[in-house]
Amino acid sequence: MDENKDLMTEEASVEQPSEELTGTDALAEFRKNHQSYKFRETPKPVRFLFTLLKYLVLIVGCLLVILPLLVVLLGAFKTHDEYITTNVFALPAAPQWENFTTAFIDGDVLRGLLNTAIILLISCAGTIITGTMTAFVLQRFNSLFTRAVKAVFLVAALLPNISMQVTVFQVINSLGLYNTIWAPCILYIGTDIISIYIFMQFLDNISVSLDESAFLDGASYFRIYWSIILPMLRPAIATVLVIKFVGIYNDFYTANLYMPSKELGVVSTALYRFIGPYGAKWEIIFAGIIICIIPSLIIFISLQKFIYSNLVTGSVKE
Amino acid sequence: MAAPTKAKKRDFFDWLHGYTGQKYTTTILFLLIPIILMILFTVIPAVNMGIFSFQERDQFGASVKWVGLDNYKTLFSDSSYFETFINSIYYFAGSFVQQAVALLVACILCTKIKFANVFKGVIFFPYMMNGVAVSLIFRRFFQKGDGITNTEGTLNSILMLFGADPVKWLSNTDIVNWCLVFASVWRYIGFDIIMYIGAIQSISPDIYEAADLDGANSWQRFRYIIFPSIRPIIALQLILAIKGSISVFEIPYIITGGRFGTSTFVIRTIDTAFTYQHVGLASAMAVVLLAIILVVTGIQKAIFREDK
Repeated sequence: MDENKDLMTEEASVEQPSEELTGTDALAEFRKNHQSYKFRETPKPVRFLFTLLKYLVLIVGCLLVILPLLVVLLGAFKTHDEYITTNVFALPAAPQWENFTTAFIDGDVLRGLLNTAIILLISCAGTIITGTMTAFVLQRFNSLFTRAVKAVFLVAALLPNISMQVTVFQVINSLGLYNTIWAPCILYIGTDIISIYIFMQFLDNISVSLDESAFLDGASYFRIYWSIILPMLRPAIATVLVIKFVGIYNDFYTANLYMPSKELGVVSTALYRFIGPYGAKWEIIFAGIIICIIPSLIIFISLQKFIYSNLVTGSVKE
Repeated sequence: MAAPTKAKKRDFFDWLHGYTGQKYTTTILFLLIPIILMILFTVIPAVNMGIFSFQERDQFGASVKWVGLDNYKTLFSDSSYFETFINSIYYFAGSFVQQAVALLVACILCTKIKFANVFKGVIFFPYMMNGVAVSLIFRRFFQKGDGITNTEGTLNSILMLFGADPVKWLSNTDIVNWCLVFASVWRYIGFDIIMYIGAIQSISPDIYEAADLDGANSWQRFRYIIFPSIRPIIALQLILAIKGSISVFEIPYIITGGRFGTSTFVIRTIDTAFTYQHVGLASAMAVVLLAIILVVTGIQKAIFREDK
């Protein structure tokens, strides 16, 4: 960090061209240590080799991602006999679309997608409403009470989510929510502190004078929240929606723990249950995997830039 | 007599509609549901966790027995519980490699590269994928064929192209954890790459220009410009890696079910609580995990205090 500061302050001196171009402290030091070393253009063949190496690293990386997926894609179209006898990279003789139908209907992936969609809808709506309201109060009103709530949220964010389920289970059970679709919904809404933080951070940048002038005009705080704050929070809401989608769509243990019944399978648990009845029928499992990945792929391709800037920055800030 | 009460009532409503009154009512109304949810799903479970750790009980609280520190004694004396922590070391080592490779790829992607977006997209996509799907994909990836129900998996097929013998990746206790770590790195590395790219791109271009004037080469650029300015992020990532590696759950749970010496502390906790119904012991395990996470967070806060 300190070196970085030096670089920043050094900037000004760089702009004035002089006989000795002292770029940075660090570089100057480097020169002192390597006085015999002369800075010169990298020769062309070396640069070419570097470029080649760069592409090689990227291509190997992409192959490592693609190969396991390619095997799944090819396998999903094979017959069971083909699966047993042919090499993983061998093309299927004729595409077996029945695998997808089996996975979709008999394998309950369809029901999983529907249940996941319902859970996503309820928990996203719930998180946006409660999250923005909480953030509004905590960020705008500074009282002993709001500070205390903020502190509790801060501590709650540290609790390790999965091992907390040891005791969360009894609460869910005594509320009569066990084995209902409400268990994951209420947990996704009630334990989502990161979203509140994202909303609060965004509110930091919305001027308080806006609320104040509306208040002087006679608007109630609820109105200020509803007609001024909420519309302005739209970018933050979009960020939260992306984080929630990835989190909920890919979550496994909440549904696995609280919704054991077959009718309440979500995408993850439907796929997980393939291991039992389809344990030896990998071509069906592969088809299920492909179906599960497609929604993520569509969202990723259509929102690529948005996901890079929001998913990553959003979850790092915490 | 009626007049004063009316006036008083008016006063109250005026106050209620005024600045302070609205502040109170909004605070209460807006926070009501979040606070109830927080008490139900965070405060009560956390308090229970502490209490239960001194008890012997099942999930339904039918036969509760106070056992004092017995649960903790079991945890610290029975080495099989702490052996699961050893497995965390594999994941922590893996995340070291993950950070290094992510940084390398991020630096490459920040230079002039054709199809940079395609490369970035492909490498990032696993992060978006369902964890169960990833786990199943890697079950097939590391599968050892038996010639009857299975052909060789992806990795063995590739190795056999080069004339190697197929390996039993997932049932060999010496290598199975490294396989799981590989799956974990495969899934999460894209996230780190995008984050490092963001950090590198936020460095002022003026500094690069200055370095160019000085004729700095790629390595010097990295060593003296990029690395110093993103060092705080690397440090943060490594601390998050400690937390991540002691709470690994999904990948070993689905790929091997915790068998062949791949169980982690969290898998053990969940099994203890829900398969064996030893809620007291499981609570004690959760308390231990929480304590470790608090210590790591304390270290993190101490390191990053000055940066904020």
